[in-house]
Amino acid sequence: MSGDSVWVLGTSMTRFGRYPDLDAVDLAARVCLEAFADGEVTVHDMDVMAAGTLFQASTSMGQRIQKQIGQTGIPVFNVTNACATGATAIRAVYLSIKAGEASMGLAVGVEQMGKMGLLAGGSKEEANVYEPSGRYGAVTSIDGVLGTATMPGVFAQAGMAYAYENDGVGFKQFAKVAYKNHLHSTLNPLAQYQKEFSLEEIMGSPVQSYPNTLLMCCPTGDGAAAAVLVSEERLRSMPKRVQKRAVKIAASVLTSDPWVESGQVQPDVNTLTRNAASQAYEKAGIGPEDLDLVELHDCFATAELIHYDNLGLCEPGGAGDFIDSGAPFRDGTTPVNVSGGLISKGHPIGATGVANVFEVTTHLRGEAGDRQIKGAKVGLAHVIGLGSSCGIHILEKAAA
Amino acid sequence: MPTPKQVPIVEYLRVGSRPYLRAQECGGCGARYFDRRNACAKCGKADFVNARVSNHGVLRSFSIVHRAAPGIPVPYVSALVETDDGTTVRSNLIDCPADPEHVSLGMKVRLATYVAGTDDAGTECVAFGYRPA
Repeated sequence: MSGDSVWVLGTSMTRFGRYPDLDAVDLAARVCLEAFADGEVTVHDMDVMAAGTLFQASTSMGQRIQKQIGQTGIPVFNVTNACATGATAIRAVYLSIKAGEASMGLAVGVEQMGKMGLLAGGSKEEANVYEPSGRYGAVTSIDGVLGTATMPGVFAQAGMAYAYENDGVGFKQFAKVAYKNHLHSTLNPLAQYQKEFSLEEIMGSPVQSYPNTLLMCCPTGDGAAAAVLVSEERLRSMPKRVQKRAVKIAASVLTSDPWVESGQVQPDVNTLTRNAASQAYEKAGIGPEDLDLVELHDCFATAELIHYDNLGLCEPGGAGDFIDSGAPFRDGTTPVNVSGGLISKGHPIGATGVANVFEVTTHLRGEAGDRQIKGAKVGLAHVIGLGSSCGIHILEKAAA
Repeated sequence: MPTPKQVPIVEYLRVGSRPYLRAQECGGCGARYFDRRNACAKCGKADFVNARVSNHGVLRSFSIVHRAAPGIPVPYVSALVETDDGTTVRSNLIDCPADPEHVSLGMKVRLATYVAGTDDAGTECVAFGYRPA
């Protein structure tokens, strides 16, 4: 090990699910302390902290967590970036270390959503008197009149646009994605749902936004995940047993959505993922064929399918064939979402981008238990937040 | 009985005898926007002209929405239409059964307007959708 790389030293996540008796600070504090213990460090070793949450973004989450784990006066970045919030927290700490202003830092993501149900799309409010308001001069609520802005619908449209442009993609291919992820989840004790469903059950479950049925949508839920990052120089000063378990961040990339023609009416989740992927592969000096596992942002089954193509995991236009071939199953050529993915593992929004890094790190350490991908050396964690923001981290196992 | 006053559901819908959508078109690169922009998100120029968007296009994506906020009638078809002049518009597909057998990618559609509601003053809200052409 040499150079100025940044490494994951310690990491932890809660099982995702429902924690009505705890609050977000409790969940976050728990994983921070666990991540310290995992890396054999304490809060006094931290030079910087970044805390990500979406729904409590204005509550000084990082400082509230410090009250539970240690107030040492270090700088805190409270970050929010839709579903890429957790990845943004990791990137903030990564940049602080890269800049030489910190040698070790803590990234934590947390969300407590309870049973929020359908996100976005607003509510149906009949105006008493029509008055234009907002940037479109709308006189009444437009959701359900001028199309949909709900998450299952937006991502359904992203998938169907791919089906329009490419052969071999339809309802069944999207459903197979959910089949795979539910199957994978049965091996992950940290997943919110750990139940296998048949393809028929998935296709026959209540339609939310065709082609996404209920079993093709991620649940809302609560959870937290944390990661301690360290500079290479400082890592080298630590005990060998700690160094052996450290995982190298070979690439850390954050992108936003560049202009595309359709972007004003349909958030573009493709271009910024493609841009992030090409930057990440270049920085890491690897290609998609080198990946032993991928955790990608399957908020809906339609989303996972198009990201096969966006991340270069399949031939251009070949995402339908890719799932049909079995390639992204855990025994396939490119295991995708062996954690169960957002669809089964859950998606407490602020935690998701850190939890993906936890998952990949755990496999590269060889500590993933029943769901371990044997011999995994390189993995990719991807998240995307509508609006839009994409985070990709490529992680590499330490050389023996 | 007097004809009720009508207002468009959004400002970019121009109602009248021949309804159409009006976009702000960038004078620099031709990019189109349905809301006001300070500068063009594509090229950065701050010089816009009104453009009339074609009423004809094809269905480039859709979703059949069965779950929405309370009060929104479901199922309905949310559509992304690419007009003949290359502008993507989101609205509902109307006058077409909301099931996968009747909605097909690439189908030709055209703009249509209808009265979507009436306020306490008796003013009608005119909305637009796309119907199979």
